Amino acid sequence: MLRFIVKRIGLSILTLVIVSLIVFLMTSIMPGDIAKQILGRDATPEAFEIWNKEKGFDKPLVVQYSRWMGGVLTGDLGTSLQYEMPVAEILAPAASKSAQLAIVALLLIAPISILGGIAAAMNRGKKVDRALTVGGLSAAVIPEFVWAVVLILVFGVAIQVFPVSAFPDEENPNLISSIYHLILPSIALLFVLFGYISRITRAGVIEALDSDYMRTAVLKGLSRKTAVFKHVLRNALLPTIAVIATQVPYLAGGLIAIERVFNYPGFGNILLDAVIARDFPLLQSAVFLTGVVIIVFQLIADILFAVLNPRIRQKVTE
Amino acid sequence: MTTTPTLELRNLEVAYTVRGIDRQVLRGVSFSIAPGEAYGLVGESGCGKSTAAFAAMRYLPRNGKITSGSILFEGKDIVDINDDEVAKLRRSAISMVYQNPATALNPTIRIGKQIAEVFELNGVSSADAMMMAEQALTKVQIADPARVMRRYAHQLSGGMAQRVVIAMALASNPRLLVMDEPTTGLDATVEAEVLDLVRELRRDTGTAVLFISHNLGVIRNMCDRVGVLYAGALVEQGATSELFSNPSHPYTVGLLRCIPRGGLHKNTDRLDTIPGTPPALGTNFDGCVFAARCSLADDKCRTQLPEMVTINGSHVARCFHSDKAGSMPRSIEQIEYAPQTTSHKTQVGDTLLNISHLSKVFNQDGHKVRVINDVSLTLGVGETLGLVGESGSGKTTIAKLVLGLTPPEEGGVVTLDGKGLAKTLNRRDVADVGAMQIVFQNPDQALNRRHSVTRIVSRAVERLRKFSLAAALERAHELLSGMRVDASLHSVRPVQLSGGLKQRVAIARAFAGAPQIVVCDEPTSALDVSVQAAILNLLVDLQKKDQTSFIFISHDLGVVRYISDKIAVLYLGRVVEFGTSQRVFTGPFHPYTEALLSSVPNIDGSTRKRIPLTGVVPSPSNPPSGCVLNPRCPRKAGSGYETLCETEEPNLTEVEPGHFMRCHVPMAKLKQLQS
Repeated sequence: MLRFIVKRIGLSILTLVIVSLIVFLMTSIMPGDIAKQILGRDATPEAFEIWNKEKGFDKPLVVQYSRWMGGVLTGDLGTSLQYEMPVAEILAPAASKSAQLAIVALLLIAPISILGGIAAAMNRGKKVDRALTVGGLSAAVIPEFVWAVVLILVFGVAIQVFPVSAFPDEENPNLISSIYHLILPSIALLFVLFGYISRITRAGVIEALDSDYMRTAVLKGLSRKTAVFKHVLRNALLPTIAVIATQVPYLAGGLIAIERVFNYPGFGNILLDAVIARDFPLLQSAVFLTGVVIIVFQLIADILFAVLNPRIRQKVTE
Repeated sequence: MTTTPTLELRNLEVAYTVRGIDRQVLRGVSFSIAPGEAYGLVGESGCGKSTAAFAAMRYLPRNGKITSGSILFEGKDIVDINDDEVAKLRRSAISMVYQNPATALNPTIRIGKQIAEVFELNGVSSADAMMMAEQALTKVQIADPARVMRRYAHQLSGGMAQRVVIAMALASNPRLLVMDEPTTGLDATVEAEVLDLVRELRRDTGTAVLFISHNLGVIRNMCDRVGVLYAGALVEQGATSELFSNPSHPYTVGLLRCIPRGGLHKNTDRLDTIPGTPPALGTNFDGCVFAARCSLADDKCRTQLPEMVTINGSHVARCFHSDKAGSMPRSIEQIEYAPQTTSHKTQVGDTLLNISHLSKVFNQDGHKVRVINDVSLTLGVGETLGLVGESGSGKTTIAKLVLGLTPPEEGGVVTLDGKGLAKTLNRRDVADVGAMQIVFQNPDQALNRRHSVTRIVSRAVERLRKFSLAAALERAHELLSGMRVDASLHSVRPVQLSGGLKQRVAIARAFAGAPQIVVCDEPTSALDVSVQAAILNLLVDLQKKDQTSFIFISHDLGVVRYISDKIAVLYLGRVVEFGTSQRVFTGPFHPYTEALLSSVPNIDGSTRKRIPLTGVVPSPSNPPSGCVLNPRCPRKAGSGYETLCETEEPNLTEVEPGHFMRCHVPMAKLKQLQS
């Protein structure tokens, strides 16, 4: 098992290196002269040269890349061109905000979607199943920001039960208030992900319900409910857990539209600003961080899958 | 006789709803099982055996329902009892053992806990339940019960998994045990052990058993009474020995005649078949369910439903002509062939294929595992070489090596007609590829579902014979007709065909390149016995006409004996015995062959002492020192060669002309021990 984990981590690091290269090259060849934008059109050619030299943009790409990577490893992400302050200081609070949103959303989405999937599977072919499947799919077709607007209009404006902003106005909001503000955006995300996750759950539960071991359980004399609880869920939820873990980066990696609509200072807003301002020290690190989140959660999904499934666990132990 | 039967079915009718229409699967089935009695239900697939078994458990598929009749358990009708009462019955009185033990166990829960669950359901504390689970495993004679407790299903062999399932079934001390094909899919030696165990447990517990099997030999050896099902109706019933010695329904007679047994051989005997095909699910009958396929049927049979008539005591048959059934004319189909357009110049008996020093090493988790060890064999023109051995003995791997699907290790040579063949398929020319083809066990997976039957065959003709499209299509039709696939079926897709027809298409495909050798890997294992007989007849006919040679792999020793001229017995990737079919089956035997043969349930009812193989098949990654069989050998002890057996691996030596054995014990001594 340990060997498997070490191997997976090794592979993840390799992937990260490749990601960092791609990110670096992409931001380096971004169109538009940054110096011109920062210094203004009227600056002299000498001024541009000095600025480029000062920022190190005159060096070969290899040197620039190794300087950036060296910084990343030591926690120095460089200086934002746009804000003239350390990238880390800009990214850290935004990442924390995005993580808060992701956690609240996940705590809402995972149980509801799983329960929905189980309910659909247990009532296969009946009205409940059809309603959940069709409803889930229809909801997923509509983008999250449209849901966001609809939700704001209904629950924020018409019947004012939730705040229209996802960010408390108070200076030091307490936990409850923070969560309360995040519920509406989470519901918007629930609508988008419910169809997907509940369908995966439904498929897993149906497969397990039709399995020979479920038949054994029932013929042992277990009631259907107990048999489902003890024998079906553990097997059925395996793929679901992996799927949910792969959705975490989507939630945590910057939901630009949701953040805009709910006026939330998360990761997505920073990303968008960085692109528009061609602030590529900031952009590089922000995109790279998104990559890290995706890869880390993929790793977590794989390890979880292995831990929960004795067949894989044994294979990786050998 | 006033004891209440443990289980009694009275005129039970069960229907499945398919596309909104009720289709009857059980037609007025009545039988009863006394306490302590073992009752067998036999019949071919689709006859309703399993439906009857699951109905007794009150477990029908979602679309199945009991339309009339009753199921009495210890005198109480259980058709209408509610779910709680059903669960209570299953917890404490009726248990079931299934066909696929590996999938019947939950893959993510440890074995111990799964067995303990049954005790817990009956109110035992969880600590005690774990203890009792271990005792239950001890009772089914599993090796190292404490370790098995901590294992998961996938870590068990098929035989061990079935012991676990049996332990689980017996945990509730049931008064009725329903066994649905409990040994199908297990090796002959493992099957014999499981059946021994069931027999012993029955003797100890006195549990009544409903035993479902398609294998007449198993039923004959396990059951006190037998019922024969056809198209959902019980057509004959009686005490086992009486029914088998005096079968009185044409279907029972036909079934028994289909089976290659008692030394039948292709050179002297042709197998009977049952003409026609079983009726589709839910067909309605005015008369006898079997009339359409029965050679004795007359107008009365087709219009009137026969009653059960008494043959002898409790032996009854549902037939107007039961007196004539035993002597009814044999049903032997003759086949006309489409002639092959090429003929091979060699004579029957000349060596065609020569395999020498084939070895194969697989890499398994960094360990080298020698799955085939220095195998040398020959196959003559127009001959069949049978490969037998337990699963994992290397039968299929040898076939793959010969076909070039996987390359042998350095030093292994395969020559065809004196010409050395390239090690891998992609380096062989078209003629060599066409010269050796294969028919697989499962035609469902071997045939492209998206192509029509004609296209499947014509593509092979195009590729292997370099025919034009038109010529290939014509040849495909000829081949298919030669395999008795009706012209009306040539344009359909495989999914619309029955298992037997699919296998005929697969055989036609294999013959597309006018092959010299066809490898048949368990070609009839997934088929019913009547279909199996027809396929075996077809193969024999094809061989006689074109001098095609076969490499025939099967776990069914009766089938192998019938069709083979020579037989190689494999154990742990080694040939332990090689000789003519006659020699290998009549002895003197290699100790392993002896054990293998003695484990087959005998359909003729003759009692024969079983020579057990002790212990488990060793892993090829860590073979025993000396003779690989020595830890399990039934003839080592007392042979006087024990030390030699344990230290030195014997060579394959010619013990008499054309008969090879890998054994230290001299043949004379073996002969003496085996007499």
